Amino acid sequence: MKRTAPLLIASIAGFVMIVAYFIPRTQTWGEDVSVWFDILAAIAFILGGGNLLRVQLKKISDRRPGWAYAAITLIAFVVMLTCGLLKIGSHPNEQHPAFAWSGTYNQTGTPFWWMYEYLIVPLQSTIFAMLAFYVASAAFRAFRAKNVEAILLLGTAFVILLGRTAAGVFLTDFIPSDVLIEDPTFMQHLISTLRLENLTVFLMDIFNTAGNRAIMIGIALGTASVSLKILLGVDRSYLGSGED
Amino acid sequence: MHNPIRWMGRWSAASALVLLAALALGGPCQPAWSQDPEPTAEPTIQEPTAEAPTEGEQALAPDEAAAAPVEAGAEATTGATPARSESMQWIDEHIFDLDRGWLLLVVLIFCGSVVFWIAHARSGRPVKVRKIAGLEAVDEAVGRATEMGRSVLYIPGIQDINEIQTIASMTVLARVSRTAAEYDAKVEVPTARSLVMTTARETVQAAYLSAGRPDAYNQDLIYYVTDEQFGYVAYLQGLMVREKPAACFYMGAFYAESLILAETGNSIGAIQVAGTAMPAQLPFFVAACDYTLIGEEFFAASAYLSGSPEELGSLKGQDMGKMIVAGLLILGVILATLASIFPKSDVLQNIVNYLMQNVLT
Repeated sequence: MKRTAPLLIASIAGFVMIVAYFIPRTQTWGEDVSVWFDILAAIAFILGGGNLLRVQLKKISDRRPGWAYAAITLIAFVVMLTCGLLKIGSHPNEQHPAFAWSGTYNQTGTPFWWMYEYLIVPLQSTIFAMLAFYVASAAFRAFRAKNVEAILLLGTAFVILLGRTAAGVFLTDFIPSDVLIEDPTFMQHLISTLRLENLTVFLMDIFNTAGNRAIMIGIALGTASVSLKILLGVDRSYLGSGED
Repeated sequence: MHNPIRWMGRWSAASALVLLAALALGGPCQPAWSQDPEPTAEPTIQEPTAEAPTEGEQALAPDEAAAAPVEAGAEATTGATPARSESMQWIDEHIFDLDRGWLLLVVLIFCGSVVFWIAHARSGRPVKVRKIAGLEAVDEAVGRATEMGRSVLYIPGIQDINEIQTIASMTVLARVSRTAAEYDAKVEVPTARSLVMTTARETVQAAYLSAGRPDAYNQDLIYYVTDEQFGYVAYLQGLMVREKPAACFYMGAFYAESLILAETGNSIGAIQVAGTAMPAQLPFFVAACDYTLIGEEFFAASAYLSGSPEELGSLKGQDMGKMIVAGLLILGVILATLASIFPKSDVLQNIVNYLMQNVLT
């Protein structure tokens, strides 16, 4: 029963979603199933919060290395949760001025908004900004010309990088552009393709798109196959692979 | 008074069958009078019966009934288009969305192929699958972690359990944890979603059980960190730098964090195996990881690792689907090429237009 019930729920929900896509009458059923998932996910937030508290409290009580960070995490968690749930500092909604809690928790000026704007957003931006350095180090390693394939990759990357910058336009500015010619011949069109910015577009539209589409088709078929396995109960890995 | 719109919208089995028959004969299911080009007599609006409203329905007051949406303008008086209420339009709707008919056909062919091959494999006939280097490396990576006395870090992406990649990731996690249980290595699974945490716990516990080492299972090693994308990344970076895991697995849906994680893992010298179906992140994983499962390889992992006939059969069905798609692609390319070589051929142009506007949309 422990495995049969979830399997049935998953199968029914999955088939309802498929049917809802093809039969307009049942569209609302599909929406209902999505809402049920949202409810489940909302309940799971409590589970996640509880686990976060448990893990961090254990770290503090065991005095494990870095336990002070766990304390900071807990304090931040509690403060953020309190400000958000109790809507501290938020003004009542204009349509319901008599109700003190009718305003939104994240409206401008509230402590929750302040912490989000001035603590979380800068921290996120910092991590995201680090990506630029990681891209550089990964590119350095990937573009080492060790064999023919690596040399081709390096050359293509060089063209793309140049073509995406102003330097590319400047370097091949002397090649005539067929855009300026009223009725360009095939040869004129071919020559204008040698401009770095046009070469970049050519590489991205032809070679890159062809490779990308092959991967996308594989992914789409793989997704459909896995989905079907789940709906038919062949793949039960999401329930754990043990017996009842 | 009964709500006329609800009244008209009520379906009986007979009307559904009639519509189904009309659908099978082709063409939209419109009332016969709407297709009549000749002006007819006064347009009629169906009068509702005086049934008592059923539960959940509210009776309309006379003024509300008058305000019920009815299109009875000048066109109606000329007879070009009869008066139509919303209820009539409602009846006009198809049972099936015909715009998605071709997609339905493709889905049926593909699913049929998968089901056929599953049945074929169940009958006991052997199914051969090529080796996938990335999956072969799972044992190597866990073995290395055991030798070095360090942990294995498994990251199941940042999406929830409703994402198919996360579910596929659980299968790989089952294999990784089973191998770790056999080798007595520590597997740590920080998750970005609480539902994923629960699923991962079930999966790892079952893996330890099947490896005959339920006592070694520690649920505290599978825990929730945060839903925030970069908060999760910051935690993982810190964990990697502090704990220096010997093997890192990135299996699931990743976004901008993919390269940050893979590069951090690379900098600590961990053996790294990645698998994702996010095309934009694949180059990053290829550049920074030792093995990468590209797109469909990642989805094939569950079948490949389980080795069960049903799963392998589904993989074969997937390959058959690819063959069909490849055949259709070649056919489409030939037709489109011929249409461009012979631009005056209306037949070719019409076929290509039909394919572009109906089949591919």
